[in-house]
Amino acid sequence: MTVQLDFLAVLHYWPMLLTGVAWTLALTVLAIVVGLALSVTFAWVRVEGPRWAAIPVAAYVELLRNTPFIVQLYFIFFGLPELGLRLSPVLASAIALVLNLGAYSTEIIRAGLSATPKGQTEAALSLALTRYQVFTRVVLPPAMQKVWPSLVSQIIIVMLGSAVCGQIATEELNYAANVISANTFHTFESYIIATVIYLALAILIRRLLNWAGPRLIFGG
Amino acid sequence: MPSAAEATAPHKRIVDINALRKSYGDNEVLKGIDLHVRPGEVVAIIGKSGSGKSTLLRCINGLEEFQDGGLVVDGKPLLYDNASAMRALRQSVGMIFQSFNLFPHLSVGRNIMLAPSLVKKRDKTAARVQAEALLERVGLEDKFDAMPEQLSGGQQQRVAIARALAMDPKVLLCDEITSALDPELVGEVLGVVEGLAKEGMTLLMVTHEMRFARKVSDRVVFMHQGRVHEMGPPAELFGNPQTAELRQFLSSLQE
Repeated sequence: MTVQLDFLAVLHYWPMLLTGVAWTLALTVLAIVVGLALSVTFAWVRVEGPRWAAIPVAAYVELLRNTPFIVQLYFIFFGLPELGLRLSPVLASAIALVLNLGAYSTEIIRAGLSATPKGQTEAALSLALTRYQVFTRVVLPPAMQKVWPSLVSQIIIVMLGSAVCGQIATEELNYAANVISANTFHTFESYIIATVIYLALAILIRRLLNWAGPRLIFGG
Repeated sequence: MPSAAEATAPHKRIVDINALRKSYGDNEVLKGIDLHVRPGEVVAIIGKSGSGKSTLLRCINGLEEFQDGGLVVDGKPLLYDNASAMRALRQSVGMIFQSFNLFPHLSVGRNIMLAPSLVKKRDKTAARVQAEALLERVGLEDKFDAMPEQLSGGQQQRVAIARALAMDPKVLLCDEITSALDPELVGEVLGVVEGLAKEGMTLLMVTHEMRFARKVSDRVVFMHQGRVHEMGPPAELFGNPQTAELRQFLSSLQE
């Protein structure tokens, strides 16, 4: 049996693929920026923050880390309208990805913060830095440096996980592959191309983050 | 004239500790400490581990909270619930730690420049010039761009001294600053401290280096079970200890 592969028939739909890549990247960038900001704040709450705030944060982290992403997405997109909150597919996807990355990276960053020796905080305090300066200049940067490889992995997982968002008609890359395969009946080719693009995106994002980390996040 | 120190008028004291008490839960570790230090005085604090000497030192810049008594440094009282008063006091008090505590993600130069830039709002050029001068003073002028992990323990501790000096402190607290060093590196750090003492820096140091304490300090404080047990000029304290506890402590060091 020979397999005849016709990639051109799929690539004919390149504007759709491009839109898919654009949405996948847009959702990932949003998850990185908002999700990481959220998780730095939440990690601080868990390590140093007031107890009344630490308990709900711990509950959020456990809830999100112990349920499937697709259930979280369906809850936001199909569940919340029952409470009168109707969201567009893109907005629901964005919220789900931010919350999901936020939960995992809260735990990752918390581990990094706990690993920064107490003596460095004491040295910074005795140099008359404010509590905020101690956290942002002394505790956080080495913590981020330590956990950056784990964070980058988690970000890649979330980027790949965004493929699920096609299930609620967000026009990301997997959604594009679905539609093209249905239109052309070239299913194998559609998913080969989607696979190659996901692989390329993952490598690109990993390299970009490995480059950006030392320069923008924890640079000396 | 160290023996006159206790008679010094309050306005001439740079560190003024009165009836200070501190407990961890039910365990009282400082049981009413009175200690008055003149500007430029070098005070060595000695005693067994657990005698409260490090805790006392850490009370002076507010790293430990005490429950009773008063503490004034350079006219600034210690107020835990007032963050800006706390920082004002800490600007007058530098501290050097046993474990160096350099910031590992910053170069040597930026370790020194961080606090003057953030706290004293010194501009970058001025902070850099000052950091270079301080590195020269501790004999590390070629290490500005090195990372802390590239330095030996003795070099790291000298950077930590330069970093503390960058805030122009009136008082320097040294908490067993040579205890984590290999024996051959102790001398270079003590040499820097001795230089500071000669230049008139007020120093309070918890130390196990008795020969150094004897040579450099104006006054030695022997702490025992949370109290100042004996105090006096080094020649008297080491040469003619008055209490059985101090005699026992000194002889235990010679074994």
